[in-house]
Amino acid sequence: MALLKIKNLHVEIAGKEILKGLDLTVDAGEVHAIMGPNGSGKSTLAYVLAGKADYTQTSGEVLFNGKNIFDMQPDERAAAGLFLAFQYPLEIPGVATMTFLRTALNAQRKKRGEAELSTPEFIKKVRDTAGKLSIDPEMLRRAVNVGFSGGEKKRNEILQMALLEPRLAVLDETDSGLDIDALKIVADGVNRLRGPGRSFVVITHYQRLLNYIVPDVVHVLSNGRIVKTGGKELALELEARGYAEYQEEVLA
Amino acid sequence: MNAEVTTIKTAAETALAQAYAQARGQLPGDDAMMAQREAAFDLFAKEGLPHRRVEEWKYTDLRALMREAKPLATPPDAAAKARAKTAAALLGDVETRRLVFVDGAFVAELSDLTNLEKGLTVGSLAEALSVNDRALALHLGKLAPGSDVAVALNTALMGDGAVIRIAAGSTIERPLHLLFMASERPAATFVRSLVVVERGARAMLIESHEGPPGSDYQVNAALELFVGDEAHVDHVKLIGEGGDALHVSTLAAAIGTRARFNSFTFTVGGAVVRNQLFLRFDGEGTVASIRGATLLKGRQHADTTLVADHIARDCQSREVFKAVLDDDAHGVFQGRIIVRRHAQKTDAKMITQALLLSERAEADNKPELEIFADDVQCGHGATSGALDDALKFYLMARGIPAAEAEALLIQAFLGEAIEGIEHAGLREALMESVVAWLKARGGA
Repeated sequence: MALLKIKNLHVEIAGKEILKGLDLTVDAGEVHAIMGPNGSGKSTLAYVLAGKADYTQTSGEVLFNGKNIFDMQPDERAAAGLFLAFQYPLEIPGVATMTFLRTALNAQRKKRGEAELSTPEFIKKVRDTAGKLSIDPEMLRRAVNVGFSGGEKKRNEILQMALLEPRLAVLDETDSGLDIDALKIVADGVNRLRGPGRSFVVITHYQRLLNYIVPDVVHVLSNGRIVKTGGKELALELEARGYAEYQEEVLA
Repeated sequence: MNAEVTTIKTAAETALAQAYAQARGQLPGDDAMMAQREAAFDLFAKEGLPHRRVEEWKYTDLRALMREAKPLATPPDAAAKARAKTAAALLGDVETRRLVFVDGAFVAELSDLTNLEKGLTVGSLAEALSVNDRALALHLGKLAPGSDVAVALNTALMGDGAVIRIAAGSTIERPLHLLFMASERPAATFVRSLVVVERGARAMLIESHEGPPGSDYQVNAALELFVGDEAHVDHVKLIGEGGDALHVSTLAAAIGTRARFNSFTFTVGGAVVRNQLFLRFDGEGTVASIRGATLLKGRQHADTTLVADHIARDCQSREVFKAVLDDDAHGVFQGRIIVRRHAQKTDAKMITQALLLSERAEADNKPELEIFADDVQCGHGATSGALDDALKFYLMARGIPAAEAEALLIQAFLGEAIEGIEHAGLREALMESVVAWLKARGGA
């Protein structure tokens, strides 16, 4: 069974249709890349999957592990194993990163009927994971993302993903604003989590990230629909030729 | 035309005048004290209860909010005293030396008067007034502003309170806790306390005001606090009155040279609360932190009115007041920083923020700066708004349920004010009170 199945999804925001009949199927263990020009609906797709309130689904369906995600609140989707790495991670003054991580992890475990982690277990888990992502332990004591650089914020997203161990991670332009060293750290973090039980949807404008996170399937999203699907070589093709032909297709 | 404006007295004003007329023969104090009471009462008789056309009371129209005046409290009975033993819920496990007042009267048997630290003198105002204590006469009434009618009523009718002296150079490790407890009888209490912290002494003073739900009792409490040169004083006021109570309290403080002064007010209880702080920076080089956190729901109304008067130079003051307002609650903050002509190099910054959890909640913020010196750093900022939906979504996207996400953001919002409390135990107790408030609200 597909882990994620999107059928003919139509979504609008403030009366403007952004997704116009999107179809996508992601099986367990697969890494899908979604590429497309600015304004094609990439971030909308990411937000709709995570459950941001501003969007209205007008038709179609999204099944996650066989369940209609529109029946689930954002926190329920997260507990069911859906994770969104934000393109612009938010700063939360006054909430220590450790408190945030722990509250999130335990809330998910509680919802799944699992026991909460003990403090020593939790601290060890965070330290180990943070170390692999070259995250300074000092950062964990600070408020969530406050005073973090762009690269630190993105690494913090990957840290959250690694701790929460989702079944499907959607990475929304996680490569934007990263230099090559940070990009490698982030890609390594993702690659370590790859496995038969975990799927990824990697949303990106550029092919560069896909050198490090090699996808199984590449889709082109344009004007709210998937207009082409291929193997990893499709990404290289797009890099060389740009998105012009897909945008023209739409206009034609 | 020569029409005199005659204000028709409200039922509460009439009742207060009657209460004073009946009580004046029995109120403690010598002739000089009696003259002070008479002068104070005259001010009330002339002005009446403060109302919305009095600028300082614009948002808290006491004449409208106080529909009746309760009879003056009589001495507490055994049952009332027994209930007081279970008080101090807001303080958690913080170890204190308790001085207990039930319905405004000092209760020695509930208070901890044993093994007083060296340099600490503790007594009751009623007793000090009855023996015409000379030190008391030197200090009492010297700080409370003479023009404020709430303070005037307190002066006219004060019956008891705490009188504390901390001798020069003494450090009092255990926080002193003035616990003011109302019994179930809906009465009016007028308590006045005087605390003198002499040069170089160090102490923490907690005043808490509590009472039962369902009783519309009335509290008028005033504290005059002298912070000596190089003294270090932490003052904490916990307003946890019952949900139908009317609470008016005043802190009037004078702070000496190179002192440290921290004050924190935590307001969760009461139907109508007016919390006044009048702070005078008399000596140079003092550092002060004045903070507050207010949590209101239902139809609660709480007003914090602060005047920080910088008279001497080189002082630093930070004012941070945060309010969380739910349902139909109304929060008011009026903060005025005055920098007098000789108070050069004053560094004063005031922030007030209100978080509105309901569309019906209302916040009025009025920060003011009055600066007469030319070489100062002063600023103020005021904001009010709802919880940030984007932040809430971010937390929920990580698996945190809506109510818990809101609770986390509210705690973070208040944290900035509460984190400033130096006493770790008290800081934790207050954060726990915040969590309890959030739970009662239906949060996590």
